Order: sequence, then structure tokens, then C-alpha cells
Amino acid sequence: MIVFLLKGLVRDRSRSLFPIVIVATGVMLTVFLHAYIHGAITIMIQSAAHYSTGHVRVMTKAYSEEADQVPNDCALLGIDTVIVELRRRFPDLRWTPRIKFGGLLDIPDDRGETRAQVPVFGFAADLLSHESPEWKVLKIHQAIVRGRVPQKRGEIVIADELAQTLSVSPGQTATLISSTMHGSMAVSNFTVAGTVRFGVAAMDRGTMIADLADIQQALDMETGAGEILGFFPDDVYHDDRATTMSAEFNGRNSEPANEFSLVMGTLRTESGMAEYLDLVGMFSGIIIGIFVIAMSIVLWNAGLTGSLRRYGEIGLRLAMGEEKGHVYRTMLAESLMIGCFGSLLGTAIGLAMAYYLQVEGFDFGSIMKNSTMMISDVIRAKITPFTFVIGFLPGLIATFLGTAISGIGIYKRQTAQLFKELEA
Amino acid sequence: MRQHLFSVLLIPFFLLLARQVPSGNEILEKVDRNMVSATKTVVSKMVIRGRRESRTIEAKSWQRGTSETFTECLAPAREKGTKMLKLKDMLWTYSPSTDRTILVSGHMLRQSVMGSDLSYEDMMEEPRLPKLYSATITTEETMIGRPCWVLDLVAKKEDIAYHGRKIWIDKTRYVVLKENLYAKSGKLLKTMEVRDVMEVQNRWVAKNLLFKDVLKEGEGTEFQIVALEFDPAIPAYIFSKAALKK
Repeated sequence: MIVFLLKGLVRDRSRSLFPIVIVATGVMLTVFLHAYIHGAITIMIQSAAHYSTGHVRVMTKAYSEEADQVPNDCALLGIDTVIVELRRRFPDLRWTPRIKFGGLLDIPDDRGETRAQVPVFGFAADLLSHESPEWKVLKIHQAIVRGRVPQKRGEIVIADELAQTLSVSPGQTATLISSTMHGSMAVSNFTVAGTVRFGVAAMDRGTMIADLADIQQALDMETGAGEILGFFPDDVYHDDRATTMSAEFNGRNSEPANEFSLVMGTLRTESGMAEYLDLVGMFSGIIIGIFVIAMSIVLWNAGLTGSLRRYGEIGLRLAMGEEKGHVYRTMLAESLMIGCFGSLLGTAIGLAMAYYLQVEGFDFGSIMKNSTMMISDVIRAKITPFTFVIGFLPGLIATFLGTAISGIGIYKRQTAQLFKELEA
Repeated sequence: MRQHLFSVLLIPFFLLLARQVPSGNEILEKVDRNMVSATKTVVSKMVIRGRRESRTIEAKSWQRGTSETFTECLAPAREKGTKMLKLKDMLWTYSPSTDRTILVSGHMLRQSVMGSDLSYEDMMEEPRLPKLYSATITTEETMIGRPCWVLDLVAKKEDIAYHGRKIWIDKTRYVVLKENLYAKSGKLLKTMEVRDVMEVQNRWVAKNLLFKDVLKEGEGTEFQIVALEFDPAIPAYIFSKAALKK
């Protein structure tokens, strides 16, 4: 029976081509959009985690309340003890301290006078210890444009765009003018080891990265750090786990009267992306929902057109004694075949397009140049196992629903009228 | 005849009274004369109360007129040797650890000096108030047991850090005992309260005062004058950029 129906579909292309094209197009769009949205979210989460909040981050309560302003006067002190405790309680996460700071980067001339000076945003990370996870997290090696990564104390890397603005090359001295954690002016000399480009507009405009110990010394915060970031071992943000950890940690460390008690925040809450992620998740569902509904309507319409075109055929079949239910069921079986084939074709094309975008990426650099968000300039699609199946079921359901709705007309045909209709 | 006699007796009385109450600007001039000298050296302590701890910074300043000041930090060890030079409207700071002389300009001027409630902009301000403000006497009050005039000051020009001031001036010693600094909107920005005064070379000056940035958390910054000398001989080279690196 299936072979019979299949032969009918192959031989009568007008019965199958249009529905297959529609299903394939819809499925292709669903697969591609899913991969694209998933890729964009993944990149946003990764950028926010790597360069800003980690998957979880531990701070003092006072620091967390004004975290956007980087209040280093409220920094964590005695971080070695805190990190040992965090590693004991949450051993599967990688913990690393960071200091964020703002200031001016001043380039001296031959006489030590200011030759060029620009505002700079910086962060200090553990770049020199062997067990530091920062090399994998920050990917400084991959980001190097000129020079090399810092290899000893007193060396920094700065954004290549910033280096060009300051006309500074690797090997030259740069002076950081900032504030100590006590509010005094901090002036420290560094050697520019290299220049970097992270592909994140907010960072590439004016970032410097230094070793933690250097900045601790420069900002008079020995044993201190603004925050301790925690990363899941697979470098993927797990919201449920992060939320559970955070609730447990905050429950244990809660000291309402102590503004320097420790608090743990999650990427979702700390990055300000909570509403955004919810919105994107909701939109993914809406896109798929709209696809199913729209495709159903289109295929219903197509089914109606087909039914009209096949009006005579159905009438003849009924006149020859075929049961209405059988006719209806065979049409549904045909629709499933069309849906299956269209979905497979659409998934294949959608995957091919998504793969291209995954490899090549789409550069939003010119749009993002004034962005302050930690988002990569290049957005890439991401193919996951779910991408392979996301379009298939809606493709199948849409075709099936379309035929099921339009096919109801079969039951409205009056057997007594069939011959009259055929004669006409 | 009686009316005539009344006028003859009262008019001189009111004239005398009018002579005894100087105008706001006259009071400011007298404050200036008390405060400003050709040269001055000051050794001071600044107690900065942070959210976690208090720090005391000791410094010595050499001043020539009102537009040239050289300051060197004496303690604590981390700040020792840090120098600042103000020449008219320019301010440089020298950090011995980097051997760099930095021009403090732009938004850096709004930064706090050593974490205190005082900004570099405050340091750069012209101390001669009559040049910048028009003053009117509003009332009389008592501060630290001394009768004071309360003056409202309104800026004469737009480009100024504090558009309005309210100052309490000792009626006989012409020393400012309290000061409120306001933005153009009328918002209170900073306050200064003198806790103790001392007499040096026939001039009365604040010995201990509390300066508070009301927009900042904390208890304010306390200034203590350890030693003060008016009109000492100061070598001219002190007020040069070369002196910063010495």
C-alpha cells in the first residue's frame, strides 16, 4: 500500500512537489533559525562568562551591590583562603580571581612626559601561575595581534586598536594611572608585551590585561581581588546547577549586618542577561509555533487546492465503492510521506546553511563598534543534536494537520450526487 | 523741635551701626587678608576614614601666593615621596615608584586626593573668594562658641566647581568656621566644619577641620595642621617641575 501511494506521489508531481517545497522551506528556516539563535546565545553567554561574570562569581556583598561601578574599595581580601574553601566545597568548578579596574593609560615620551593618554578599562587575571585556567578562558594566545603574551611580572597586553591610538608597540612602557582600593591615585609602569584583538567591540576599544599580582600591588590590594569567578569544567553554563550552588553558598554565608560577607551570583543574574535569555528562549518557541501554525494553514490551503484538483479522482474512488475513511487515511498517509520527505530535505538544507554560518560566522563589527556589551563581533550558528530534529516534527505535523483539515471535505461528499458530478 | 532732636540723635547712631556691620564682600576681604600671605609652609595630617579602615597621610606644603603650591607626602611609606605641584591652573603629580610626572587634567581633576573627600579640583580652586563670589550677610550664628556672620555666596561666573556657598565667619578673628558648598541646582555637595583654631603670627587659622563629601559614604576627612609658618623664605626652584624629581 505504501509503495503504491509512493509511486502515485512520484509519478504525479503536481500532487507532491508544491507541498514538499513548502515543507522543506519551512523546515529549513526552522533549522537554520534555531542553529543561529542557539549560536548567538552561546556566544553571548561565553563572552559574558569569560570576560565578565564567570558562570558564577563570588564577591563581597558591598561589591555586588555596585558591581557595575567596580568598587574595588569593597574588594574581597584574603582570596587564597576563600579560593581554597571554594575548591573544597565545589571541586568540579575552576576558580580564578579577577580584578577589574578603570584608569588612564599614559605613554611617556623620551623625557618621561606624557606623549599620549587615553581612558582604559582593564582586568587583572592570574596569567603567570601554571595551574591558572585563564589561558583557556581568555584565549590570549589566539587573540595576539602583535608581540606575545605576558611571561613575567610587569608585562601587559593591550587592545590593538588602543595601541594604534596611542602609537605604542610591544616592548614600550605604558603607565597606568588608576585608583588604589583606598582611593589614592595609583601610578604604575608596565611593559607592553603584546597587542590583542578579542573580537568583542567593548573590549577591543580600550582594554588592558595584566597579571593579578601586578595589579594587586598597583592598586594596593595585596591578597585582594574584586571577584572570584567559577567556571564549569565543560565551559557550558548550567543555570540549574549555578542557581543551586548560589542558593546554597549564600544561605551558608549570609551575614546581613556584614557588608563584606561573601555572596555568590550566577551568570544569569550577574550579567544582566536574565530577561534577555528568557526573551530569546520564548522567541525560539514562538518561531517554531508560528512555523507549525503558518505551515498548517498553507498546507491546508494546498490540501484544499489539491482536493479541488483531485475532486474528480476522489469522487470516482468513492463511486467505485472505496470507503470515505479509506480515502481519508490514504491521503493522510500521503501527507506523512510528503511531510517526511520535505522535512528531511529542509533539515539537510537548513543544516548546510547553519554549518556554513558556524564555520564562517557573520561579522557584526560595524554595527557593534559602540556596543558596551560583552558580545563577540562575529556571530556564528551552532549545530547541536537538537538542531537535527527540531524541524522534523513540526514539518510532519504541519503537513498532517493541513491534509487532515482539508480532507474533512471527503466526508461531506454525497454518494447520490457523485455520478451527477462526474457527468458534469 | 522734639522731632528734630530725635533725628539728630538717631541718625549718628544708625550711621555708627552701619559702619560696624561690614558688607559681605568686606568680610570676605578680611578673611582673605587673614589667610593669604606671600609665602607659607604647612605640615599637615589628613585622616581618611574609609569603609574598612582609616589612614593618615602626612604632607608638607610650600605655597607662594595663591597660585603656586608644592606638596610632598611624608607618610605612610606607600605614599612617601609622592609630590604635587600646582602652578596657576596646572597640576602635576610625581610618583617616585614610576619616576613619572603626570599632568592631572580633565576628569582626573574630579578624582579624590589620596582617597579623601577632597578632589584635585578642590585643590585647584582659587582661594580668594571675593574674586569668585558675591557675598551677602544672611544671619548671625554661634559656631564652636564664637559669634559668626553667616554669608551666602553666589558665583560671579558659570565655570566654577561650586556655584553657591554658605559660610560661617568668626566676627572678630575672620576665620571661616563652617562652610557648605552647593551645586548650581542648589544640591549640597560638600561641607567643612572647623573643630579647633589656633593663632599663628597674629593670624587665626583652622587647626583641625572635617571635610565631607556628602555624596560619598563615610565619615569625612579630617585635616590637622601640625605646623604652619607665614612668610618664610622659600627657594624659587621649589615651584618648578624639576623639583618634583628631586
